Amino acid sequence: MKFITQIADMRTGRSELDNDRITVGVGTCGLSAGAGKTLKLLKDANLGIFIDEVGCVGMCYAEPVVMVKQDGQLSIYTKVTEDKAEKLIDAIRNKYVCTEMFAGHALEELDYYKKQKRLLMQNSGIINPLNLNQYIASSGYSGLLNALKMTPSEVIEEVKASGLRGRGGAGFSTGVKWSLIAPKQGRKYLICNGDEGDPGAFMNRVTMESDPFRLIEGMTIAGYAIGSHDGIIYTRAEYPLAIETLEKAIKIAEEHNLLGKNILGIDGFDFDITIVKGSGAFVCGEETALMNSVMGHRGNPTFKPPYPADKGINGCPTNINNVSTLSLVTNIMSMSAKEFALIGSEKSKGTAMLCLTGKIRRTGVVEIPMGTPLKEVIFDIGGGVIEGTFKAVQAGGPAGGCISAKEIDIPVDYDSFNSVGAIIGSGGLVAINDHACIVDFAKFFMSFTKSESCGKCTPCREGTTRLYEILDRITKGMGTRKDMELLKLLSGYVNENSLCGLGQMAPNPVMSTIRKFPEEYLAHIDRKECPTGSCKNLLKYNITDKCVGCGNCVKHCPVHAITGRLKEIHVINHDLCVRCGACYETCAFEAIERK
Amino acid sequence: MMFKEEVYYMRDISEVLKKYSKKEELMPALHEIQKEFGYLSEDNLIALSRKIDVPLTQISGVATFYNWFKLKPIGKYHVSICRGTACHVNNSEQLQKFLEKKLKINAGELTEDKLFSLECVNCIGACAKAPAMMINETVYGELTEEKIDRIIEDLKGRK
Repeated sequence: MKFITQIADMRTGRSELDNDRITVGVGTCGLSAGAGKTLKLLKDANLGIFIDEVGCVGMCYAEPVVMVKQDGQLSIYTKVTEDKAEKLIDAIRNKYVCTEMFAGHALEELDYYKKQKRLLMQNSGIINPLNLNQYIASSGYSGLLNALKMTPSEVIEEVKASGLRGRGGAGFSTGVKWSLIAPKQGRKYLICNGDEGDPGAFMNRVTMESDPFRLIEGMTIAGYAIGSHDGIIYTRAEYPLAIETLEKAIKIAEEHNLLGKNILGIDGFDFDITIVKGSGAFVCGEETALMNSVMGHRGNPTFKPPYPADKGINGCPTNINNVSTLSLVTNIMSMSAKEFALIGSEKSKGTAMLCLTGKIRRTGVVEIPMGTPLKEVIFDIGGGVIEGTFKAVQAGGPAGGCISAKEIDIPVDYDSFNSVGAIIGSGGLVAINDHACIVDFAKFFMSFTKSESCGKCTPCREGTTRLYEILDRITKGMGTRKDMELLKLLSGYVNENSLCGLGQMAPNPVMSTIRKFPEEYLAHIDRKECPTGSCKNLLKYNITDKCVGCGNCVKHCPVHAITGRLKEIHVINHDLCVRCGACYETCAFEAIERK
Repeated sequence: MMFKEEVYYMRDISEVLKKYSKKEELMPALHEIQKEFGYLSEDNLIALSRKIDVPLTQISGVATFYNWFKLKPIGKYHVSICRGTACHVNNSEQLQKFLEKKLKINAGELTEDKLFSLECVNCIGACAKAPAMMINETVYGELTEEKIDRIIEDLKGRK
């Protein structure tokens, strides 16, 4: 029982967390908002309170976030930029609350957190990501200890009982996935899929940056359960901070015998983790493409079967799970499957980690119990949209679908999202307001999938390009009613005939926007009008009687479409006009209207 | 992606290649060459091909597949403007045009003084801070034209 005392000895980190301390969030979002400078100013001020660097607490909109615990009282300050740091330093020195940046005395007091349930995020922004003592003091490694009291197959049963479903997109039962590979003999690989290529999703980055030991512990438990000694974390080269943090965390874990040979002194319990950098290819999120990439090949997907559990890396059985899935395993083993299964809805257990972005007031990472109504996520947590009214939210990235304002009452779970033609997918939620054109939105996704298609199979390579071209035509006012039919037909073909998930799901944004906003498509086609005024080619410019006849617009028009005498109202020849907007921008009298 | 400009052309690749001998090490080797030299030159790829005994066609296949690998020299400051969804709905297209005008180059090009290169990327994962861009390994968020102007001018001043 040597290993249990070893962990118990390390629980001393609690005092570090309980004592007075100032924390600054220095995750990627925090740093981009200037947290590095704030941290330096606080350190230079010699306040006599321990200053710690922590990860992201999830409130990306309010970065840099500084939490001050002084005389046992916690105060959370938001948007503490360089120029405001001096005020905060004064407040700490003289022990008063600086009202200007003050947000609350506890996270739960904030509107943003009232409806959240933090499992994966429980340490994010609270502990120093690279302080193992603090991690263990926050019940870290109790999950692994609990798992070691069971046999590997009991661990798998426990994960099955928890009802955990993969957080990477497909939502397949994690326990079942593990039970397929566990009986296999020989060398087995465990891959953590951290290739978060979905635009609009960055929760895996937050986990890797802010709580790397949770992932390492989860992988160790998974390795124990399925009998694998080789762990690989495949993550994006675009996440330099996450890679650096993980590398350091792995080293620390190795030094403490929590990774490597004979972990915690148990004979034969070996587990290593190596990091493999992805190189900016969206398709590598797909299992078979990912494995090819790990092996140093082009990230082309291959036909399944053989499934990775039969033949994966170097021909060995391979198990692939998402970062959130593996991290949640830590929570399950720490709290018991029964307790975990109490959270969430009937068929979707536990919590969902979502990224709120787009035209939303409070952007960031949120973690909610599955089954929370989407409306509450957007309005109560996210604070609604900025400028205008809420129009739709794109769920699940470019492979997902959009959920319109009418459907916003649905709960956040796998099956409800599927029922409206969307997926939770990686968990990205990009909200748009009524100023955004839905055809342009769909076109944007097609331009993304078209450029990210690996080019191996024809339906995806050609199909996505043609879909893009049709949408492009519509936004330029050259679409016909036939194009609508063509879009639907082609979407079906691409979906049915593509080799991998990328191609199969690529037409989803087109299908869901056509179904939910047909009138907006028809306005572009029949009336050659963009109701939101976003499609530049469909705008009409007219000169109103505010015109003083200065002739400035005449000089700026590249196609000489504007005529008129000096000091008289000018006119635009619509046959010549190329709708570049140059006149609109130069007119000092706001005499040009754009509709 | 930081590389020392003064030793840019003089550096010998053999130093980097010492570590690599196996075929499976292709990707880590490519990452390191890019980190040291800023991009993957044809000469360096040929040298790598000989060292780890992987045909150049295969290496070229891998290098061209992934967006991360650059086959052309990049500037001292490599600007990656994010064109992901969250950035797109927050007008990153406009910012891309602004950057192109400001640096007087198109996306995918290098300025004459070799100080800046510009690239459009699909997502850098800073969606909550959209619109965002990355210069070398630093992320800048909540961009406006004025803010970009300040950042670029500041870097120009630093040289």
